[in-house]
Amino acid sequence: MTDLRADFIAKRYASERRFKFLGAAALGITALFLIFLVSDIVIKGFPAFFEHRVMMEVTVDPAKVDAAKPMAGDYDGLVNDAFRALYPNVTSRADRKALGGILSQGAADDLRAMVLADPGLIGKTLKVPALLSDDADLYFKGMQTGVKTAAGAGTLQIAQAGESYVITGDTKDIVQGQIIRANGGALRVTSLEGTTVLAEALVAPTTLNTATSGQWDILTLSVKETERRINDRQVVWMEQLRQSDSVGKTISWRFFTSGDSREAELAGIKGALVGSLFTVAVSLLLALPLGIAAAIYLEQFAPKNKLTDLIEVNINNLAAVPSIIFGLLGLAVFLNFFGLPRSAPLVGGLVLALLVLPTIIIAARAALKAVPPSITEAALGVGASKQQAVFQHVLPLAVPGILTGTILGLARAFGETAPLLMIGMVAFIADVPQGVNDAATVLPVQIYLWSDLPEIAFQSKTAAAIIVLMVVLFSLNAIAIYLRKRFERRW
Amino acid sequence: MFVWTIVAGLALTIAAFLAGQSRAAGMRLSGGAALHSLPSYHGMYLGAAALSGAILAAILAALVLGSQSAALPVSAAAGAAIAAAALYSGIKPDFRARNMFERFVLGVLIACSGVAILTTVGIVFSVLFESIIFFREISVVSFLFGTQWSPTSTPASFGFLPLLVGTFLITAIAIAVAGPLGLFSAIYMAEYSSPKLRSVLKPLLEILAGIPTVVLGFFAALTVAPLIRNSGEAIGLSVASESALAAGLVMGMMIVPLISSLSDDIINAVPQSLRDGSYAMGATKSETIKRVVLPAALPGIVSAFMLAISRAVGETMIVVMAAGLAANLSINPLEAVTTITVQIATLLVGDQEFDSAKTLSAFALGFVLFLFTLALNYIALRIVQKYREQYD
Repeated sequence: MTDLRADFIAKRYASERRFKFLGAAALGITALFLIFLVSDIVIKGFPAFFEHRVMMEVTVDPAKVDAAKPMAGDYDGLVNDAFRALYPNVTSRADRKALGGILSQGAADDLRAMVLADPGLIGKTLKVPALLSDDADLYFKGMQTGVKTAAGAGTLQIAQAGESYVITGDTKDIVQGQIIRANGGALRVTSLEGTTVLAEALVAPTTLNTATSGQWDILTLSVKETERRINDRQVVWMEQLRQSDSVGKTISWRFFTSGDSREAELAGIKGALVGSLFTVAVSLLLALPLGIAAAIYLEQFAPKNKLTDLIEVNINNLAAVPSIIFGLLGLAVFLNFFGLPRSAPLVGGLVLALLVLPTIIIAARAALKAVPPSITEAALGVGASKQQAVFQHVLPLAVPGILTGTILGLARAFGETAPLLMIGMVAFIADVPQGVNDAATVLPVQIYLWSDLPEIAFQSKTAAAIIVLMVVLFSLNAIAIYLRKRFERRW
Repeated sequence: MFVWTIVAGLALTIAAFLAGQSRAAGMRLSGGAALHSLPSYHGMYLGAAALSGAILAAILAALVLGSQSAALPVSAAAGAAIAAAALYSGIKPDFRARNMFERFVLGVLIACSGVAILTTVGIVFSVLFESIIFFREISVVSFLFGTQWSPTSTPASFGFLPLLVGTFLITAIAIAVAGPLGLFSAIYMAEYSSPKLRSVLKPLLEILAGIPTVVLGFFAALTVAPLIRNSGEAIGLSVASESALAAGLVMGMMIVPLISSLSDDIINAVPQSLRDGSYAMGATKSETIKRVVLPAALPGIVSAFMLAISRAVGETMIVVMAAGLAANLSINPLEAVTTITVQIATLLVGDQEFDSAKTLSAFALGFVLFLFTLALNYIALRIVQKYREQYD
């Protein structure tokens, strides 16, 4: 009998522990998801805040850059010529094209900026950085293929046999697919016959002398040539740049100072950020006065009747209507009916204002409600009218709460995407918008657009843009929490 | 022109305010009868009149002459001047300027509250009109019960069922994830955690709730979907690269904070006396929660789930980025399905022609979506209201 009861109690305690564990596990899973999400995005996006540039000597030829019209100079030509000069034996058309693929299409931007800032540089020889293409940049970030360089041990004899090369000597470490750099050339191993290595030239050797220990090395690439966007020849050229120590990694300010681009290495978020700023500003200017006015009416003046009920039901329902429906509203009413411009921050702001209006009203009402009635009563008691009591006494006390709610609404507007797709803010727009009527996009839509692109570099940019978006949102939330803590008053 | 119209209107409003204030102040100085209202109220009264006149005149001018007309600032100024001048002579010591002005302010406040109704009306009409045109071309029956959705092919077919099934498949996965996680989180936070732990956990869930859905969509499409596909292939399952499972899982995580915060509030609202009664009978904490607290909180929890479903059905970015475009009629979570919101987004992104059934069908989908979420929200909110009254 006693045993049975002890068993029973033990069972009940076990079930108690299980239940508590389930609750903790649910929270644990949620926290793990959050950590996984944030770390995944930071790992993906962090490299995009950096870029690689190659330092080169460029002579600003007055024949190509006219001192009278420095804007129209052929800077691309200058930079490309200087880059090609680093590789004198690249002559074939295909090779020149592949070599050109290492440099960005905007490689001359830095040179142009330098010369435009100081036209006295024309005719001089400068050391200028030239931006690498997205693929080359990813290679240097180690995101294309792993590269291992092993110094050669022993001696190699290299002989030419028709188009290909035969390597003999201390070749025991060599396997197929590796690249052997010796005598100023680079040879890719095509097959092995015992200790004899057959290889093809990526860069033809300048001489066919014997290479002794230390004069040659082996490059091993972890990703097959067909599975990456950089070919073996480009790898050899870039390794040459790496050896000459002319490639530098810097913070990519370009990411913050330029608009969208088809080239991943040139694309930036400035256009989207400015567009977001305009859009959110418009929505704030509209939603804040409207929301506060509506909240004051509903909380302080509204009589209990059918109309008030209708308004309240409406506000509560609007707060839960899917955001994409607001996009349909914007499309049908603002674009079709009123004929406002497509893709404009003005329309985006209008739509977002309607979207966040319920949030602001609900927050403002809560803030007004938190002010004790004794304040109003005291004001009324000394002869103030109801409106004087509300506007001069209740409202100032509710401001911190209203502000907190507004900032949270602002954060929601800043991160909203779906309704803006409907009103055409998804176009490719390279220019930074100058006003609320210019075609623009916003940061979340930019993220959506970039995430759709196949290039790995754009994936990284997408994650970087997400980091910026999250930093903005966290700051907004932090400000809201600070305000709440700083001004919160318990009555 | 827009800016100049505003400048003209505001300038005359300020002028009217100053004129009214100084006239009233002058009356006080001249030693007549005592003023009923402060001079500033006389000023504000006149200013409000000028502002209304300016807005009215500007709107009339815009309707008659077009919104880009150069006459807009002039007409705004004229409207303001006429309105102010007409009332200027009405300023007398016994004039009840404060009451008149307060009536005006109240009107403005009511109008601002009315924007919520206007928005709802705007939504209903914008989706209704295009939907009516759509249903003139496509019969309602073939829309609701058709099993083929291909709006871009010729001939186009608009069968709604695959979208409905896809939407519910992803929603079901999301709720299957978010329901237990959200509910157990809420129970733990409300009943077990110390105030200190709670002050850490709550912000954590708020952070998750504040993550924009486009971020979650990116995560679902580029991290979760490949993860599911690879692990599926590892055990010999063929998984579509845009599987419903990936979108549903991430959407479920998105909804966890919604369910947990609503349930948390509701569990906290259950009176302590119920718990105390149960403890007094010798029940353990978990027994009390399972047999007393949860049954008492059930209506609220049901409404939390309904709001969660409405949120999942209306969620757009996660499914646009991570779910498919092809309308498969399938309930296999490893296959790609499409949803109502995905179709609305894809049909309306880019150039729209408002005479094609393809564009109009998006509005018909929007109409269905709006009705469905409205019904869910309305019922859920009513349940919460009833429930609150019960314990108040």
